[in-house]
Amino acid sequence: MTPSSYQQPTARGYYGEFGGAFIPEMLYPNVEELRTSYLDILADPDFQLDLQHLLRDYVGRPTPLFEARRLSERYGARIFLKREDLCHTGAHKINNTVGQILLAQRLGKKRIIAETGAGQHGVATATVCALVGLPCVVYMGATDIERQSPNVARMRLLGAEVRAVTSGSQTLKDATNEAIRDWIANPVDTHYIIGSVVGPHPYPDLVARLQAVISAEMRAQLLEKTGSELPHFVVACVGGGSNAAGAFYHFLDEPSVRLIAVEAAGHGIASGHSAATSVLGTPGIIHGSRTLLMQDEHGQITEPYSLSAGLDYPGIGPLHAHLGASGRAEFIAITDEEALQAVSELSRLEGIIPALETAHALAALGQLGAGCDDVVVVNLSGRGDKDLETYLKNLDKLV
Amino acid sequence: MNNRIKNAFASKQNLLNVYFTAGYPRLPDTLPLAKALVEAGADILEIGMPFSDPLADGPVIQRSSSAALANGMNLPVLFEQLRELRAVVPETPVLLMGYLNPVLQFGVEAFLRQAAAVGVDGLILPDLPLDEYEERYHPLFQQYGLKAVFLVTPQTSEARIRRLDALSDAFLYLVSGPGTTGGTTLPDAEAQQQYFERIAALNLKNPRLIGFGIADKMGFDRACEHAEGAIIGSALIRALQDAEDAPATAARFVRGIKSPVARSV
Ligand SMILES: Cc1ncc(COP(=O)(O)O)c(C=O)c1O
Repeated sequence: MTPSSYQQPTARGYYGEFGGAFIPEMLYPNVEELRTSYLDILADPDFQLDLQHLLRDYVGRPTPLFEARRLSERYGARIFLKREDLCHTGAHKINNTVGQILLAQRLGKKRIIAETGAGQHGVATATVCALVGLPCVVYMGATDIERQSPNVARMRLLGAEVRAVTSGSQTLKDATNEAIRDWIANPVDTHYIIGSVVGPHPYPDLVARLQAVISAEMRAQLLEKTGSELPHFVVACVGGGSNAAGAFYHFLDEPSVRLIAVEAAGHGIASGHSAATSVLGTPGIIHGSRTLLMQDEHGQITEPYSLSAGLDYPGIGPLHAHLGASGRAEFIAITDEEALQAVSELSRLEGIIPALETAHALAALGQLGAGCDDVVVVNLSGRGDKDLETYLKNLDKLV
Repeated sequence: MNNRIKNAFASKQNLLNVYFTAGYPRLPDTLPLAKALVEAGADILEIGMPFSDPLADGPVIQRSSSAALANGMNLPVLFEQLRELRAVVPETPVLLMGYLNPVLQFGVEAFLRQAAAVGVDGLILPDLPLDEYEERYHPLFQQYGLKAVFLVTPQTSEARIRRLDALSDAFLYLVSGPGTTGGTTLPDAEAQQQYFERIAALNLKNPRLIGFGIADKMGFDRACEHAEGAIIGSALIRALQDAEDAPATAARFVRGIKSPVARSV
């Protein structure tokens, strides 16, 4: 497939008017090293051999595309679930971390840092660090440490050091700040494995390329199951947007495929407690990227809110800002409550307990207007084990 | 035009550039602090425009920034406060330091116009990319007579240092070692020495000030051996944290750095 303007940012990392690398000089050598080497490394046959091997035998790819018959009946459309929840460690995040750890090795890095919100990216990073024997430090907001405690335990068991971040709202944005500060302090030997399609160029493109395996597999699986590589809808939740970028990637140039990006409305878009960046955000700079972000009139970044730690971020990746601005993707916002209902619905209809992030994508099914001949693929980005405590606390809203 | 930055470097040695956060510890402290610092001997002032997510700053300036924001500081308030700037500090170079996003929301040109109007001399915007500056903003900076100050780190390549030097006509800000502002871990002294010597040997057109992690007279004197002066920020902010009388505390702090007393061991 030839790269399009949607898939491929400009040389300086712009998708339309969004992207770029707005970084202090202290980060410049690190980011520049990555920028000048990532495409060559990704294209290297040895790298690809190692990556394909790990994706198959370690991550467990290809993940199944499962036709959810009872869910289909409920919504009157032909619904498929792309089972990223069956990846090793329970979410799509590991597609990115296996790629980046191989990249870090080729760059000669000796130490890995990461940020995490829901803990899935932290676990996926700690996992690949254990696999290759590199020390790993994960920054995590104190609020998130509390609400995603099983993942904290997993990271520690895997040998990673989890550092609690107590600045700001003590969630994903603040963890990302702290990881960037660590990188500034350790400019030579450390690689920063960012967890989504955010941050300065080339990270959004690097992470999107590593997650693109999701939609590459979807096309082959859809052809086999429906006779066409192209569905009518692809639905994915968006925190920073990595699972959505991966699920959309090989459909970006297929205008017949409607791309549905689902954000967290928290208590509701107008409630003052929300993370629906595409609605509440305006252009600005966050974590080195020009994109949509939630900010006040003076350009101070405001605190987002979502019950879901993985969607509790005041920005979205520049690719998604561009997909929204150009109309290529449609955005839907789902409240905490709607997401919780989707958790119980999928659990009872299909025997799959989804992650709270993923449940936002599922909750959008009723709003698509899909007909009974329409093929809908929902990217089932992760499993719900990490959220059990939250689910138990909200049992009244689940039933 | 009167070039206060050039004049300062031409007429003085061992310049002390002091950073403080606008609107901290209290909202109206900005100008009284500027006045006290200059009277006590500060040679350049760097006024921090607080930002919610200061990526290049350590915990001390993170805290002063969020305190200043909670006090109600923002760019319109700051420019209002700075209307009296040149009545209070007539000749001292004044720089505004901050992150790009608040400036973008204010409007880059409006920001430059107001900064020039109140008598600001230059800007330090660490997350403004060099390419972007060169292509979009350099002519605007020139139009308003504002100087851009760029950071150089131990990892900055020679080619890039030369580009930064060519694009600036103020001074280069040498970051002393790896880390955010206020760092306390001493960098490898030998590596640091080599870094400073390497830069000195480049015969750059701009003078150099060394910053990050300089906290006291000893650190200031050491930095002055390798450059035209040094920048102190977090150490002053730390002193202001529990200050009853912020201007008096700031003045005492500067006199402690600039006093001719032989350095204590
Ligand atoms: C299961 C799952 N889905 C989605 C996300 C959101 O991230 P992204 O938007 O980058 O896919 C997370 C983040 O932690 C997650 O754990």
